Amino acid sequence: MRKIFDFHGGIHPQENKTQTTQTAIATIPLAKELVLPLSQHIGAPAAAIVDVGQTVLKGELVAEAQGMLSANIHAPTSGTISAIEDRPISHSSGMSAMCVVIETDGEDKWIECKENSEPESLAREDIIDIVSRSGIAGMGGAGFPTQVKLHGLDIETLILNAAECEPYITADDMLIREFSEDILRGALLLANSVLHAKHIVVGIEDNKPEAIAALNKVIAQNNWLNSIEVAVVPTKYPSGGEKQLIKLLTGKEVPGGGIPAHIGIVMQNVGTVLAAWRAVRFGEPLISRVTTVAGKALSTQQNIEVPLGTPVTHILEHHGFKQSDCERVVIGGPMMGYTIHDTQAPIVKTTNCILAPSKDELPSPPPAQACIRCGMCAEACPADLLPQQLYWYARAEEADKLKAYNLFDCIECGACSFVCPSSIPLVQYYRAAKGTIRQAQQEKEKSDRARERFEARQERIEKEEAEKLAKREARKKAAEEAREKIAHNKEGEHKAEKKKPSPGLVEQAIAEAGSKAVDPDKESAKLRRALSSAESRLQRAQEALQKNEKEGAEAERLDALRARIKQAEQKVAEAQKKLDDVIA
Amino acid sequence: MNTQSPLKNITSPHAHNAGSTSNVMLTVILATLPGLVALTHFFGIGSILNLILACLFCLAFEFISLKLRKLKAGFYLRDYSALVTAILLGLALPPCAPWWLIATGCFFSIVVAKHLYGGLGFNPFNPAMVGYVVLLISFPADMIQWRIPVGEGQQYLSLMDSLSIVFSGNPSLDGFTSATPLDALKHNVGMTVDDIYLQNAAFQNAKWAGAGWEWVNLGFLIGGLYLLYKKIFTWHAPVGMLASLLLLSTIFYDGGSSASAGSPLFHLLSGGTMLGAFFIVTDPVTSASSNRGRLVYGALIGLLVFVIRVWGNYPDAVAFAVLLMNFAAPFIDYYTPTRVYGYEKSKPILKKDD
Repeated sequence: MRKIFDFHGGIHPQENKTQTTQTAIATIPLAKELVLPLSQHIGAPAAAIVDVGQTVLKGELVAEAQGMLSANIHAPTSGTISAIEDRPISHSSGMSAMCVVIETDGEDKWIECKENSEPESLAREDIIDIVSRSGIAGMGGAGFPTQVKLHGLDIETLILNAAECEPYITADDMLIREFSEDILRGALLLANSVLHAKHIVVGIEDNKPEAIAALNKVIAQNNWLNSIEVAVVPTKYPSGGEKQLIKLLTGKEVPGGGIPAHIGIVMQNVGTVLAAWRAVRFGEPLISRVTTVAGKALSTQQNIEVPLGTPVTHILEHHGFKQSDCERVVIGGPMMGYTIHDTQAPIVKTTNCILAPSKDELPSPPPAQACIRCGMCAEACPADLLPQQLYWYARAEEADKLKAYNLFDCIECGACSFVCPSSIPLVQYYRAAKGTIRQAQQEKEKSDRARERFEARQERIEKEEAEKLAKREARKKAAEEAREKIAHNKEGEHKAEKKKPSPGLVEQAIAEAGSKAVDPDKESAKLRRALSSAESRLQRAQEALQKNEKEGAEAERLDALRARIKQAEQKVAEAQKKLDDVIA
Repeated sequence: MNTQSPLKNITSPHAHNAGSTSNVMLTVILATLPGLVALTHFFGIGSILNLILACLFCLAFEFISLKLRKLKAGFYLRDYSALVTAILLGLALPPCAPWWLIATGCFFSIVVAKHLYGGLGFNPFNPAMVGYVVLLISFPADMIQWRIPVGEGQQYLSLMDSLSIVFSGNPSLDGFTSATPLDALKHNVGMTVDDIYLQNAAFQNAKWAGAGWEWVNLGFLIGGLYLLYKKIFTWHAPVGMLASLLLLSTIFYDGGSSASAGSPLFHLLSGGTMLGAFFIVTDPVTSASSNRGRLVYGALIGLLVFVIRVWGNYPDAVAFAVLLMNFAAPFIDYYTPTRVYGYEKSKPILKKDD
């Protein structure tokens, strides 16, 4: 026997499950129109691949998954595509979304399904592919595309979530009672052929003795005792929460911000496993589900297998709905379900319950009183948070504090609101706060991206400017250098002039010192004067040429000037040579 | 979209527990009964008069405050929080307290400590203790008028005499008051504890602590255990306080010399110990939030109670200790958050992630 652990907190709301477990899973007449939202799962909406007016067969693909985190959608029955348009969907905000609408023809004619009599012989990739193509998404409520969870490696344990801790809901209970063998075959297939998990554990609350017996019977009959374990956990809400059930069955906790695969666990809802089995074994895509229809505003309460896309109003009509006695229709259970405003909204893959309570059954909450920080919420919180602090900081809109108090580890189970003596809608505050923080984060990311782009642009512009500047500088420098060179040349010439006397001076000194002083001094001085005048003539000629070039003088005049310069240059050269000779 | 839909949008959860804040308050009020019975048994009808007057004044001040704040008086009066404050204050005051004393206390409790801070849930200090401390500091003489506990064969003060003390401060009856056991021990000069027990009226007829007082404390203990059973609060704060008081009084108990601080049992069953531990320290609004925090909060109150009783100027200290720790509660909160599912251990709120 597996040791059953406990999780912190939890509550014991009235179970209200017997109303819908007295009769077998039923069916109701097919609706005239099925409305298939393109987004029935977590992730990207599927894209419609049919056209209005086109006829489709039962099981035919009508919308294709977009990317990895998405799911295919198939026609739940045969008929004609009558519209692809925005329709009200099951969503707490009462929003509309793109839907494929099928006008049913009543023939319910199947497309050809590819059966696999020996699913165990299929390769891992093939099984994942079939599950993926069949549009299977978590049917426990979250709607996570199932194939994504099947890629996990190093999986130790496959847990089948059959806890079904929400009051009223008995869809999984009834499903196990009637399909326990197929469910367990599906689990074995996923565990052995896909996940290579060592253990399969079915986690189920002790308020489902018939389902537990059905599972044990099938396990005994098939000799699966060594591979499948049925772990019965005490009834306590929310034991069916993924994290809570993992804690109950393994004593381990999913790391904050992590997923069960990080600790070697994959969890699947029993309905999901059954759908996967049907897909692989019989080639049937996910086109219907079992839904609990409960509440005292109905004359019949039961579980029904219903095609996806069936409008809620159609189901309510077939269960003797008394509108006058009902102020809210809840999709899901009384703890985590949401009300819908428009009952035209359809059943989708995640709809496990339609609850139409009478006004006495689930009365409107009384007005909220002040929070006295009594701490009953903290005692009830299955995540061991401090809901009173979260409430305080949610009202103060202090995002940092909310994060420090682990707002994002709140699973929105509603246990805190359930016990709150002041009837404060705590979960609503947390949802709103989460939304605000997420939005702020998105905006921050957006502005960060914008800033990065802006900064990159600035950088680019600056770089270009710098390059331009460098080029300009280089040109300027080159020009300066050229000018300097010219000046230097002149200077050099002057220097040469100045330098030249120095040997003369030495010689003079030597002469003065009484050596044989002859004429070279006078001679060189004369030659220097000649050189100097030749140079000044050259300079004047060059200046005249430049001036005339600038003023755009006639070519003749320029030529004349150039000739003059040549002459002057020659004279300078001659004078230089003579001087050099004398000094040498 | 069908906007004419008669269906309401109501946020989850749709199911609620039947409990209400009003019921919590009424349960607390009910739990004070054993203590009140003991008080009445030993000190006469005075405590009941206190309660009646305190309730009237508190409700009146609550009503006026709500009206001034333009809130729905009927709705907020029905949370009964003002009644709880009134009853705790009334129980803490000496029996047959003069009417003006009670009125002043109620004013500071309800108007100043509660509504000026934003009303129920927003008050950082325990309203009843604020009222009590204001009176203790402002009118010390009137606040120590505890009568000698009535023993076997002794006469209770008549209703008329009690009323005359309350409303006209009849001085001829003053002589009947005496020191409480905590006073007696505090102002003891040169007597061993055994001597005091033999000679002082406050201890004659006593089994463990002070005459009458031990039963009053036991009465509040019973009420507190009832509230624990009803899960009105968790054990952490009261156990923290009583454990630290027990620990300190054991460490410092010297067997009963003239300088003795009193036995552990004496401290547990004297003065406001049990009323404080189960009715004041457990006030959720003004205490720490997490269970760990409440344990620390309670323990520090126990520490302060002992320190002030033994080395401070006041014979009893629950009110001061509670108010001082009310200050510290947010600070304790920062260091004692819960360990959230999926995390190795709790980390202080102030500490930022790296």
